[in-house]
Amino acid sequence: MSEAVVPDAMVPPAVGSLYGEKAGGAIVDFSYVGIDAILEQMRRKAMKQGFELNIMVVGQSGLGKSTLMNTLFKSKVSRKSVLGTGQEKIPKTIEIKSISHDIEEKGVRMKLTVIDTPGFGDQINNENWYSIISVLSCKIFWQPIMKFINDQYEAYLQEEININRKKRIPDSRIHCCIYFIPPTGHCLRPLDVEFMRRLSKVVNIVPVIAKADTLTLEERDFFKKKIREELRANGIDVYPQKEFDEDAEDRMINEKIREMIPFAVVGSDQEYQVNGRRLLGRKTKWGTIEVENIAHCEFAYLRDLLIRTHMQNIKDITSSIHYEMYRVRRLNENNTAVAHANGVPEHHLTAHEILTHEMQDSDLPSTPSLPPPSPDLT
Amino acid sequence: MIDQLHLSDPPSFLQQELVHGLHRALLGRHRPHERLTCQFQDKGARPLSLAGHVGFDSLPDQLVNKSISQGFCFNILCIGETGIGKSTLMDTLFNTNFENFESSHFEPQVKLRAQTYDLQESNVRLRLTVVNTVGFGDQMNKQESYQPVVDYIDKQFETYLQEELKIKRSLHNYHDSRVHACLYFISPSGHSLKSLDLVTMKKLDSKVNIIPVIAKADTISKSELHKFKIKIMSELVSNGVQIYQFPLDDETVAKVNTTMNGHLPFAVVGSTEEVCVGNKMVKARQYPWGVVQVENEHHCDFVKLREMLICVNMEDLREQTHTRHYELYRRCKLEEMGFKDTDPECKPVSLQQTYEAKRQEFLAELQKREDEMRQVFVQRVKEKEGELKEAEREGRFEQLKRLHAEEKAALEEKKRLLDNDLTSFGNRKTAAALLQPPGFTVNGKKDKDRKKWVELFCLCLMAQHTLNPI
Repeated sequence: MSEAVVPDAMVPPAVGSLYGEKAGGAIVDFSYVGIDAILEQMRRKAMKQGFELNIMVVGQSGLGKSTLMNTLFKSKVSRKSVLGTGQEKIPKTIEIKSISHDIEEKGVRMKLTVIDTPGFGDQINNENWYSIISVLSCKIFWQPIMKFINDQYEAYLQEEININRKKRIPDSRIHCCIYFIPPTGHCLRPLDVEFMRRLSKVVNIVPVIAKADTLTLEERDFFKKKIREELRANGIDVYPQKEFDEDAEDRMINEKIREMIPFAVVGSDQEYQVNGRRLLGRKTKWGTIEVENIAHCEFAYLRDLLIRTHMQNIKDITSSIHYEMYRVRRLNENNTAVAHANGVPEHHLTAHEILTHEMQDSDLPSTPSLPPPSPDLT
Repeated sequence: MIDQLHLSDPPSFLQQELVHGLHRALLGRHRPHERLTCQFQDKGARPLSLAGHVGFDSLPDQLVNKSISQGFCFNILCIGETGIGKSTLMDTLFNTNFENFESSHFEPQVKLRAQTYDLQESNVRLRLTVVNTVGFGDQMNKQESYQPVVDYIDKQFETYLQEELKIKRSLHNYHDSRVHACLYFISPSGHSLKSLDLVTMKKLDSKVNIIPVIAKADTISKSELHKFKIKIMSELVSNGVQIYQFPLDDETVAKVNTTMNGHLPFAVVGSTEEVCVGNKMVKARQYPWGVVQVENEHHCDFVKLREMLICVNMEDLREQTHTRHYELYRRCKLEEMGFKDTDPECKPVSLQQTYEAKRQEFLAELQKREDEMRQVFVQRVKEKEGELKEAEREGRFEQLKRLHAEEKAALEEKKRLLDNDLTSFGNRKTAAALLQPPGFTVNGKKDKDRKKWVELFCLCLMAQHTLNPI
């Protein structure tokens, strides 16, 4: 205690690399407390727990939904690939099925769930498609999907209000819904508008133009512009929603994305030799379309948005905004229903009942308004 | 992070943004990703291998970025006797001068004082709340000393629970005030724990993460300290007190944590004064016989405490508070209120139904009590009435009645006399009026006066007008 003992007993390097720069001998930076070590702690905890992601794909059959999923995650994640094509007949009813995978990359584990909506659009005869769309037949498309989404919220809510709760509530809420727009090149169909309008209120929706290799660049730009106008005219807020931008930096990044929506994508899970490299692409007689080449299609942007940069944000918006809205609605409805019933009801109010209750109250879908025709782009 | 990107994918502008953000966050420090053993196996999910680089390995970074922008919060509760060095230790731990008040030894009751500070280190913002006990251990009767502390901790849980049960809630914006860590300061007697210490720690061990520390450790010699630590730990174990154990499940920190678990409780010395030792200024306490350096591991365990509390286990402390202590509180509270997960027929019961049922019950109870009270009131009134009537009949009020009659008669008499006076005066007036010649009225003088009054009044008005022109 009488001589100056320089403190050199530092923590072993596994954690010690967090301390300030040491130059040569043991110079202690005693103004350093170590609060920023919490970032590393959080990262470790996150890596240990693993992540969950639930994506739903909605669109007409034959638009390449399964292929796109496989391309996004570079493996056979779609249900079709798992069960095999052609084994399933076109189902009579719209059944929503999900399939889960555990994938891992560089130590980060994720449970990915892909939810298919097969058979969409097969019910209606094509000739009658644009003609009389009665309210009843329209409802068939979104009702089961809305019910499915709300069922997931309901399951989470039930787990959350339990007395004995699980340590980590399994999250089956749909984080993102990719809506496939067929590449007609003209404008959105009334069905698409109605669908997206309803879905955007309960889930994050990312519209994409499927099979974009059938559009030239000019057609693509025109189509995108039309779609954006129609979305704006109908008040459809797709991801990234304007109102949830947190600060100026966020807004700047998101504005760039909003100018590119909807992404024109091409999916493929086959590799071809291009310029000495093996790339994912589609080979045709007139050339090979490289999926990950941004000059060819916008798949890379979609992948970056969904996976590399905005995944956490998507999950946050689902849990803190869409889920909370559902919870508020549900608890308020339960309040009024119970009050009306003059006592304790015998059974739960199921989400289905709430939904049908909602459906009756919601306004009938009027013909979606189209923006005034813009001058031709040539 | 740049080396993580797959070479065949040119970084898009979005990725570049993320990379720049990460660069800023990490200040250029490189750390290798540790490969953790895969313990998480979910039934129903098939493991799948990826054919290429997808890119979701940036997820932890996205999460960290979000947390940086949100900020963190951490709440420490310090329990210890007055003058044991709680505030000094906090100052030393966080390298700042928190506002400290020296408390007296004569507090009638134990109180808690909470202060919140916003600290920042590199790009991490921390909202730190330090709660100190005031007057702990000073009272003659120490039986209720722990109660204010327990109440405070419960109150924080309660506010969080209220927020969670609200219909319109904002949990991600919520300032979490639940106590994450409790530093219990043991005074350095060198012998054993006091009964106050044992009782308090026993009451708190299921509510908060307790980290016992031996304060003013520079008063104990090394050998005494060793014996003291062993004694303390054995006493805690034999009394069934569950103190916070540093977690061992993460292999990166398991080794460090195991070693540290063996050093509990930490013997600490706090000081914010700097003393020149050798050629450096260090935080130390200067004595005539030497200098006790706070950050010297041979002198005290301060560095160990700082490391365990802040650098290694802060997140775990927060998690334990949320998943273990808070859940326990919540469960007990909801069961106390009568909620169950399943009703007698084993069907799941919703919180809403039970709440509604309870509310009806409560309202019915209120109604019943109101009716009862009303009945009692009516009864009493009847009784009183009966009593009074009875008394009246019996003639207890004879004297009172007589007095009333007398007073009334006297008043009548007075009134008559006054009336007489009034009429006689009236007569005199008319008689006098008749006697006067016309034109020269008794009121002539009064007329003149009146005229004068009127003139004066007009003058006044004019004066007022000239003085206050509109």
